[in-house]
Amino acid sequence: MLKIENLHARIEDKEILKGLNIQVNAGEVHAIMGPNGAGKSTLASVIAGKEEYEVTEGNIALNEKDISELAPEERAHEGVFLSFQYPVEIPGVTVTNFIKSSINETRKAKGLEEMPAKDLLKMIREKSELLEIDRKFLSRSLNEGFSGGEKKRNEIFQMAMMEPKLAILDETDSGLDIDALRIVANGVNKLKSNDNAVIVITHYQRLLEYIVPDFVHVLYDGKIVKSGSKELALELEEKGYDWIKEELKA
Amino acid sequence: MKYTEDDLKKELETQEYEYGFYTDIESDTFPKGLNEDIVRAISQKKNEPQWMTDWRLDAFRIWQEMKEPEWANVRYEKPDFQAISYYSAPKKADPNKSLDDVDAELLEMYKKLGISIDEQKKLQGVAVDIVVDSVSVATTFKKTLAEKGIIFCPISEAIQEHPELVKKYMGTVVPKTDNFYAALNSAVFTDGSFCYIPKGVKCPMELSTYFRINEGGTGQFERTLVIADESSYVSYLEGCTAPARDENQLHAAVVELIAMDDAEIKYSTVQNWFPGDKDGKGGVFNFVTKRGICETNAKISWTQVETGSAVTWKYPSCVLKGNNSVGEFYSIAVTNNFQQADTGTKMIHLGKNTKSTIISKGISAGKSQNSYRGLVQINSRAENARNFSQCDSLLMGDQCGAHTFPYIEAKNTTAQIEHEATTSKIGEDQLFYCNQRGIDTEKAIALIVNGFSKDVLNKLPMEFAVEAQKLLEISLEGSVG
Repeated sequence: MLKIENLHARIEDKEILKGLNIQVNAGEVHAIMGPNGAGKSTLASVIAGKEEYEVTEGNIALNEKDISELAPEERAHEGVFLSFQYPVEIPGVTVTNFIKSSINETRKAKGLEEMPAKDLLKMIREKSELLEIDRKFLSRSLNEGFSGGEKKRNEIFQMAMMEPKLAILDETDSGLDIDALRIVANGVNKLKSNDNAVIVITHYQRLLEYIVPDFVHVLYDGKIVKSGSKELALELEEKGYDWIKEELKA
Repeated sequence: MKYTEDDLKKELETQEYEYGFYTDIESDTFPKGLNEDIVRAISQKKNEPQWMTDWRLDAFRIWQEMKEPEWANVRYEKPDFQAISYYSAPKKADPNKSLDDVDAELLEMYKKLGISIDEQKKLQGVAVDIVVDSVSVATTFKKTLAEKGIIFCPISEAIQEHPELVKKYMGTVVPKTDNFYAALNSAVFTDGSFCYIPKGVKCPMELSTYFRINEGGTGQFERTLVIADESSYVSYLEGCTAPARDENQLHAAVVELIAMDDAEIKYSTVQNWFPGDKDGKGGVFNFVTKRGICETNAKISWTQVETGSAVTWKYPSCVLKGNNSVGEFYSIAVTNNFQQADTGTKMIHLGKNTKSTIISKGISAGKSQNSYRGLVQINSRAENARNFSQCDSLLMGDQCGAHTFPYIEAKNTTAQIEHEATTSKIGEDQLFYCNQRGIDTEKAIALIVNGFSKDVLNKLPMEFAVEAQKLLEISLEGSVG
């Protein structure tokens, strides 16, 4: 699904990713953990194609197609979805209208007709039921005045509607209380399938109790320095990151 | 290939004004220049009665004594009023023709504008009085309206057929002496619309007029008079586009609205005159005086979407004369490249319990300057007057300007006046968020701008809202923050 090799990326003059490798197969859930400043959010932004970041070396392949030169919207059309840590507000644009634009622009890029309103409404009804989302919420302006939990649920709802191949959840758990966390995690679990893959970026093991990863990676100083099974997350929770730093020095 | 901001900018620069074409229609055009003889000739051309000729001449004499106003936040080379031709009529126009007889070239022109008469005819519920240059060429739905006693016709026809109404009301809201451009218009107006809704009648359809400048070097001076008699209702739509021209064209219209006791007038405008090219060359000077008067319990609502013109100077206003009367002003003004707009409203509260609402959305891009200028005036006898004003500005890029000049004069201590203003910029983060969801930058801007303007777009009648949205997108294509 996703294969990243020797990825180097910088913002302005600062190199943040320094030769990162990762491979994610369809049907898998990968967690990426690591201390602050390790490059976790940068990785998410670079995969999604944010222009401030310059890829200086390496490549990013989605289903064996190099996407590292594509514009962010083209990557989205290829099936990359990023659930933002801080979703932006767009006043006056309803959640429904925004999703409609997303879906239809993506369909247009694939040479398809716009989705008929009837089908769109049906899909909205199904997905909002699946994720236990009150449909009143859909006629509100995108993220405007949303609580932290509502913003993240909105991200997962969009993910459900877009049906991406690769979903990256960037610190989806930050700012969520335990109930909101459970709802969001349930949503992700329901959307998981053998045809898609999920990368969960998180600080804490907490989220991984709900979204159980197949693999856990430690990102430190711009590289994946350790990979393991879900037990690695527990170990990190217990011992912190210092022992990994020690190991690296040794 | 990545589609970057630079690409967008380039695309904008090479993009011709979408409606910038010129249709070659034989015109009956006066020599350039303005004097009493020209004023008389215009009046004669229209077979006007003596009182009308005298009215025009009086206005002309007033105008000669006046100076062009300079207080607006706009800079331009003043038009040479002696270099303009004051009358131009498409030769083949004949008000008695049916729509089917209309010149094929004209039909083609409307088609390009997306307002072909064919389409219009099918658009149920919309009566269209189309003005090409200075003479109305087609009027529809007249019969249906006539059954209700509604008069909707070119103003020149109203002068002939309903002189008592015209004589009684013309110039009562915007007097000849009001300002430089209003005086000029009063002297030389060639056409426009007239509308009278009788007592207690609700106009069953949206009345609509499309204005358009066509003949090179001619100014257009429209005069519109809408009278809503007691307890009547009318919704009036006005939209305009103009072909691209190198010389600046002057447009100085006057619109007067009269809402009698318990009457309501809704007046919507989409203005898309040629804005000039990317270097600020050409474009229409749009100096318009629009004002309405509200008697007891009456309501006037102005809605405007201003995307065109090189220079705009326009303040649709309400005189809230009667007790409990209501004035509203909803505006979207878009400026791009070198466009300059100084637009807003005046809400003059004279009666008790009068209420006004102002919502202004200014969008500036390129090197344009966009000013909101508004006056809320509460007269000493206007007990319990209320006003709410909201002025929002959206900026794209760092070379444009947004300005707000709110004036408040309250002479009654019971007045409640609220003013809110915001300024925002389309952010990289917003664009990236949209991009990530598969929406390209151009479409993202359109989405954000439509969201920003929604409060006002919602006030437009349905058939206009769609056109207005399209216009916003066209006007802002390629301007990235």
